[in-house]
Amino acid sequence: MGQSEEEHLTGQQASRITYTLESSLDSVNKVEETAEQMAKKAGIDEDEVFRVTMAVREAAVNAVLHGNSYDPEKRITASFENTGDSLVIRITDQGKGLDPDTLPDPLAPENLLRGSGRGIFLIRSFMDEVHFKQLHPGTELTLIKHLGTAQTGS
Amino acid sequence: MSMKVTSRQVDGVTILDLSGRITLGEGSVQLRDAIRDLLAKSSKLILLNLADVNYIDSSGIGELVAAYTTVRNQGGELKLLNLTKKVHDLLQITKLYTVFDVKDDEASAIASFTRA
Repeated sequence: MGQSEEEHLTGQQASRITYTLESSLDSVNKVEETAEQMAKKAGIDEDEVFRVTMAVREAAVNAVLHGNSYDPEKRITASFENTGDSLVIRITDQGKGLDPDTLPDPLAPENLLRGSGRGIFLIRSFMDEVHFKQLHPGTELTLIKHLGTAQTGS
Repeated sequence: MSMKVTSRQVDGVTILDLSGRITLGEGSVQLRDAIRDLLAKSSKLILLNLADVNYIDSSGIGELVAAYTTVRNQGGELKLLNLTKKVHDLLQITKLYTVFDVKDDEASAIASFTRA
């Protein structure tokens, strides 16, 4: 389905795995599964595993659906890294770009009954840090979960 | 990975027992189709039993909202039954918990529908 690249940093626990994937729902599911495995391996509690997994799924859906519009010519990338302090997940697309400041507030009364527009809100709710970067073309989302607060101990 | 939908009738109310995931491209479409089929048959009192729905994403949340507004716009009622903790928490975060009529007992949920 895509190519993957894994680099293990010598002498540290940190390792990063990167996938380059087609703009498909299969890719979303692959990214989601990888995030879940990574979060479980990090030893965080079940609720935090759910939050990280869901946030990453939402980011992948955004990249595939809103970014690349399922374009078979376009790819998404997803990289996963446990730095020891944090889980860092980066998702990129090759779409038109996303300005997070222009997104309507899904909690505003006039937007509550909208059928969409909650993805970025949920990502921000579930992660400790969310960063947007314009790639011209495309968007890179960086999702960070700090392990200090999320870890239940091992 | 996908969702299973089964349908029951109790005292004029259609209960849809959903199990699995309501997510983009999986359960969302099945839920939409199930609601459309019920409305086509003029079954407008609908109770969604979410006891076995273990996962829902923003697309699934959107589909629940769409189901709610579609049924309401046609003069019907749609209520939710037996939310798992995860779905409950998601509806709280998105401020939808108070929009939906959420029940945790099937018999009282059935009794709460407004009959013509």
